[in-house]
Amino acid sequence: MPQVSMTVNGKNVAGEIEGRTLLVDFLRENLGLTGTHVGCDTSQCGACLVHVDGKAVKACSIFAGEAEGAEIATIEGMGEADGTLDHVQQAFQDHHGLQCGFCTPGMVMSAHALLKENPKPSEAEIRHYLQGNICRCTGYHNIVKAIMVASGQDATGIAAE
Amino acid sequence: MPDGGIGASTKRREDVRFLTGTGNYTDDINLRGQTYVHFLRSDVAHGTLKSVDTGDAEAMPGVIRIFTGADFEEVGGLPCGWQVTDRDGNPMQEPGHPVIARGKVRHVGEIIAAVVAESRDAARDAAEAIIVDIDDLPAVVDMKAALEDGATKVHDDLTSNLCYDWGFVEDNKQAVDDAIEAAAHVTTLELVNNRLIPNAMEPRVAVGDFNRATGDSTLYTTSQNPHVIRLLMGAFVLGIPEHKLRVVAPDVGGGFGSKIFHYAEEAFCTFAAKALNRPVKWTSTRGEAFMSDAHGRDHVTKIDLALDKDNNFTAIRTDTYANMGAYLSTFAPSIPTWLHGTLMAGNYKTPVIYVNVKAVFTNTVPVDAYRGAGRPEATFQLERLIDKAARELGVDPIALRRQNFVTEFPYATPVAVEYDTGDYNATMDKLEEIADLKGFEARRKDSEKKGLLRGLGINSYIEACGIAPSNLVGQLGARAGLYESATVRVNATGGITVMTGSHSHGQGHETSFAQVVSEMIGIDADMIEIEHGDTANTPMGMGTYGSRSIAVGGSAMVRATEKIIAKARKIAAHLMEASEADVELKDGQFSVAGTDKSVAWGDVTLAAYVPHNYPLDEIEPGLEETAFYDPANFTYPAGAYACEVEVDPETGKVTVERFAATDDFGNVINPMIVDGQVHGGIAQGIGQALLEACAYDEDGQLLTGSYMDYAMPRADDVPFYTVDHSCQTPCTHNPLGVKGCGEAGAIGSPPSVVNAVIDALQSGGHDVAHIDMPLTPSRVWTAMQG
Repeated sequence: MPQVSMTVNGKNVAGEIEGRTLLVDFLRENLGLTGTHVGCDTSQCGACLVHVDGKAVKACSIFAGEAEGAEIATIEGMGEADGTLDHVQQAFQDHHGLQCGFCTPGMVMSAHALLKENPKPSEAEIRHYLQGNICRCTGYHNIVKAIMVASGQDATGIAAE
Repeated sequence: MPDGGIGASTKRREDVRFLTGTGNYTDDINLRGQTYVHFLRSDVAHGTLKSVDTGDAEAMPGVIRIFTGADFEEVGGLPCGWQVTDRDGNPMQEPGHPVIARGKVRHVGEIIAAVVAESRDAARDAAEAIIVDIDDLPAVVDMKAALEDGATKVHDDLTSNLCYDWGFVEDNKQAVDDAIEAAAHVTTLELVNNRLIPNAMEPRVAVGDFNRATGDSTLYTTSQNPHVIRLLMGAFVLGIPEHKLRVVAPDVGGGFGSKIFHYAEEAFCTFAAKALNRPVKWTSTRGEAFMSDAHGRDHVTKIDLALDKDNNFTAIRTDTYANMGAYLSTFAPSIPTWLHGTLMAGNYKTPVIYVNVKAVFTNTVPVDAYRGAGRPEATFQLERLIDKAARELGVDPIALRRQNFVTEFPYATPVAVEYDTGDYNATMDKLEEIADLKGFEARRKDSEKKGLLRGLGINSYIEACGIAPSNLVGQLGARAGLYESATVRVNATGGITVMTGSHSHGQGHETSFAQVVSEMIGIDADMIEIEHGDTANTPMGMGTYGSRSIAVGGSAMVRATEKIIAKARKIAAHLMEASEADVELKDGQFSVAGTDKSVAWGDVTLAAYVPHNYPLDEIEPGLEETAFYDPANFTYPAGAYACEVEVDPETGKVTVERFAATDDFGNVINPMIVDGQVHGGIAQGIGQALLEACAYDEDGQLLTGSYMDYAMPRADDVPFYTVDHSCQTPCTHNPLGVKGCGEAGAIGSPPSVVNAVIDALQSGGHDVAHIDMPLTPSRVWTAMQG
């Protein structure tokens, strides 16, 4: 069985895999990091989105072996050092940007990646960026709002609630 | 009063685990010694199953055992929970529904064999080595063709593909025909309510486990109602008594109806875990979900509205064909009948109504409840029809609705339900304000300057929620009661654990239910924990669907809490040496009116468990109460929705520019959560109206089997929504005055979107009366070409 090693949330990890093992399965099954979810088999829902060397990657779209030596960040590695929610997570809670929570890890990871690229995205830019993250619960209203707030923008002018 | 009681937009406590990746969804559960099952599914819609040769596959590495239909001959079929009676008084035709196909396959996705192996990949590899010999048979897909003489039968042992021919209210049929004959104007509309695939983001998962030492079975499953699964699977399929069967539905990633039903995979994993004496896990792929989760909607309808010379509605007649798919899913027969026909009055005082529904078997995946379930189908027909009538008569569509609104309550409809309360003019007034209808013409001119057609669509809606009075639904054919339960366990130091039969899979019950108990006792919500989802520690409950959780489950919790307060008051009276009648509870403190005597909540709860100074001759120690609540009536949320679209005349592409919703949900526990429920429902309604369609070809092949083909609404398909629930006419028959909010958005939104597109096209001089959903660019463009 091939070996793979990488850094996940700042820790060095290694494991035996099959050549066909996807990164998401390595994270979930080998490492027990079940916060990264699988919502489809065609790399479209975005529930498995993680960061690979700082970039947003759907963990179902690459093999674990392709992540050899990479720095991976998953939802379990987010948040402040003292265990409290980070500004993106907090905005999602404050503005009810999640319901069932299944797409949420991918949404949070996607939001972080967006804000790194574009610290003050417009509503249209946020909506466009989230094309690869499907949510069935929220109708996206509060997700977009939370990301605007997380980027320091005033969201009070958004359609009245 | 502590913060966080009824009416507060308390932040959700469940969010922290979901935001940090520490939720516990069913696929996150792995048991020692676990095996994995892969289901080999039919790739043809209809055929005779001649042989299933598992020999080569059984020799593959890691394979433990392969099960086929023959292994399930002694096992019951999947039961249907509702029996509809047809127009002649006969029961519906009810075919068997095997866990694994025997003799025939009847839809793409039906299970032919189940491979259990040491790993998921090993199971999948071995499934590819199974040799299946199927003689293809012609498939029936179109409902009307399925009912023609000589049509291929989905089930050989039934007389035809007709499940039932239902008339409602049969005694009104002649009066309706007469009223239509005598009408000054009749508007007729033929339409399709498009078949949808629910697509909760979490695919279904089942983990079966068997404890040889105790003989107990456990099923972990993605369910909206674990007790219902325990009852159906235990009593009807596997023959396991409920005290030997535990069903756990932990964190569940959305349901929208699709996780109500008892599915074959649940029964298989529970059965196989015992047969193999090892845990058996199944995780659905999205591809499997498309061909095995129950689908929704799929009605073909012709509806007539009769009006008198003053534009008063005088009669409604509707004929619907409803697709059941190949088998009857758990609640399938009730959806096009009792959850659809009873809502055909809408918000209007039409004196006579007749509804005919023919339910039809086809070689497609079973169809059952999907968010709204029957009520969106009723609303869509009615609200499209009224818009068409207004256009034909040259009257304002809002004025026509207002003229015919029910305004006096209670109101008994001609379709057997009684609306307890409502104010449809109030929600329409509010809608006109928040949607800024006065500004529409200016916005239309702006769109025209860009070369785009702008349209405004309005509709009202009403739904029956808080499902349901058990006695009534029993008379209508339900094979279950529809009460809800709660146990309130007060601990010695004053903290409370509420065990509810409701189930939360996104609705935020852990937060909002705690707000209710907090308000009633006057202690912080942080002192209250809500437990749900495990039959081992919650009382028998019917689960969450039909916008029933707060109206029925919340009411059970209120009743149990009232019993707690009554007992605690007796203890407090004893401690204060006062008369019970003089003891008041406020802000978590019991006091004697007119004195300075008081005891804190914690003193009373401690006394209940350390009964040294305690009225033991009057009451038992301890402080734990259970209540079952059976509603007296449905609840009737209602409101008005407005959608503004832009249509690009060059391409037919529709863009939703503005969306506003006013809902009367009665009293509201957590406004933030209610807003979120409406937002999500609207997106699903916009999805149905513009994007989503489950498509089969004429051979019964599923054409929309992945997110490559089935258009889910994305963030850039929808706008921000303006929602309001300040118009509140509290429900008159439940203790919280609540009506339920989970389905409204999905019920109320599709007609306003379609009405808006038709309005846009008409404004551009295109004489288009109707386009069937989804209003894709191609359909809109084609309609514009005349």
